[in-house]
Amino acid sequence: MREIFFPKRMWRPRGDLKRRYDVVIVGGGSHGLATAYYLAKHHGVKDVCILERSYIGSGASGRNTTIIRANYRTPEGAAFYRESVRLYERLSSELDFNLMFSQHGHLTLAHSDRGLVVAQERAEVNKLLGIRSEVIGPDRIRELCPELDLSDKPAYPILGALYHPPGGIIRHDAVVWAYARGADRLGVEIHPYTEVTGFERSGDRIVAVETTRGRVECGQVVSATAGWSSLVGKLAGLRLPITTHILQAFVTEPLKPFLDVIIVSSQLHVYVSQTDRGEFLIGAEIEPYTTYKSTGTLSFLEYSARHALELFPQLEKTKVLRTWTGLCDLSPDYSPILGKTEIENFHVSAGWGTYGFKAAPIVGVTLAELVATQKTPALIAPFALERFYTDTLVSELAAAAVSH
Amino acid sequence: MSFLLECPRCGSRPVDEFAYFGEVTRRPKGSASLRELTEYVYFRDNVAGVQREWWQHRTGCGEWFLAERDTRTNEVLAIHLPQPERAQAGGAE
Repeated sequence: MREIFFPKRMWRPRGDLKRRYDVVIVGGGSHGLATAYYLAKHHGVKDVCILERSYIGSGASGRNTTIIRANYRTPEGAAFYRESVRLYERLSSELDFNLMFSQHGHLTLAHSDRGLVVAQERAEVNKLLGIRSEVIGPDRIRELCPELDLSDKPAYPILGALYHPPGGIIRHDAVVWAYARGADRLGVEIHPYTEVTGFERSGDRIVAVETTRGRVECGQVVSATAGWSSLVGKLAGLRLPITTHILQAFVTEPLKPFLDVIIVSSQLHVYVSQTDRGEFLIGAEIEPYTTYKSTGTLSFLEYSARHALELFPQLEKTKVLRTWTGLCDLSPDYSPILGKTEIENFHVSAGWGTYGFKAAPIVGVTLAELVATQKTPALIAPFALERFYTDTLVSELAAAAVSH
Repeated sequence: MSFLLECPRCGSRPVDEFAYFGEVTRRPKGSASLRELTEYVYFRDNVAGVQREWWQHRTGCGEWFLAERDTRTNEVLAIHLPQPERAQAGGAE
């Protein structure tokens, strides 16, 4: 009974930093925590610390729109996210935490012939990799989502959609907390409010990390800092092909549940889902200019509301409850930058743009394997930073921009 | 709140009227290696601080210009038109 009123902490507050850790992970979001968890769980590497500038899950992990899917366009991207969805499907039992994952399906609307061609291309790539995706017409869309305006009244009438049944939404904070608790139980040290201020290099290696709470020596370093990746990279002397932009979203007041699929429209630059609380969660595209100032803009609210109303005119009188922004680290080809860098023991998880959260478990598994074995897993080899030097990009623009 | 940007020809306008073309980069001179070229094309400083960057008044007069903006606050500190002579001589601007 007592525990109800005095719940136990999910992860222990730690005292001072130790003098040395085998692995120092910069960034206490879903990627950093998952990497720490799988390092300890799969590889027995437990001398790990996580340094987070603010509170755990304060960055993109706590600000995304919680959509999980695998219907990407490139075979490399689709295969990678297929594994991520599989891990997410088992994650609640793996971490013994209700993550409220509901796979109600994901619809990417096509409003033009070109849109249908892209949808068909993605469906074929997905089918070859065993991912459930198909192109459906307006009749089937109406069965799945009767509330959607399928008439010819909108400026861009809906011609069809890419239907991805395993797509769904999950409780994003719970993913962060569950990984943090899991990592803590395995002996990983989590240090919030500890900012990295510099790296001490000796040749091609990082020997120590300078923080606001002192200096720690390290065996290896992982940077999983999303929108701040360029800045952390610069501290280590590494230049990255990344620009930082803000992405915004808003929720409406709660309504009766009437939408259980996720609706995405690249043409209208909007995506819509209804949360378990009944709020309509609406997001759009990044702001085109680079910025580190995470303040929302009125123009975003105006155009995303207008576009959401093209799809769901019945939301006309619904009030906006709150809006928020997050920082996104855009890479030139909309694919992540994952794994080794030219600094021998400095590994990155960056360049995620607007879709990093849905990759958290597979990033954890593959980066942990890389750190523990020093070998790049085949699944993430195409996403190496080196591809920008050799000009062998993995263009994910068609399936990553907007369509979350 | 987004911000206002001052077009050298039209004056202060909402940022939505402008197209952003990224931070000022330095084109490698002469016969550059693949690495130099790919660095020029893809890699960026992405500073949190004052950045020199290209803008175009897309839905206005169409003018291209340079701005110095603090990316932490979006405060625009200076704007100026590019210098055509310097741009032709090696495209340093």
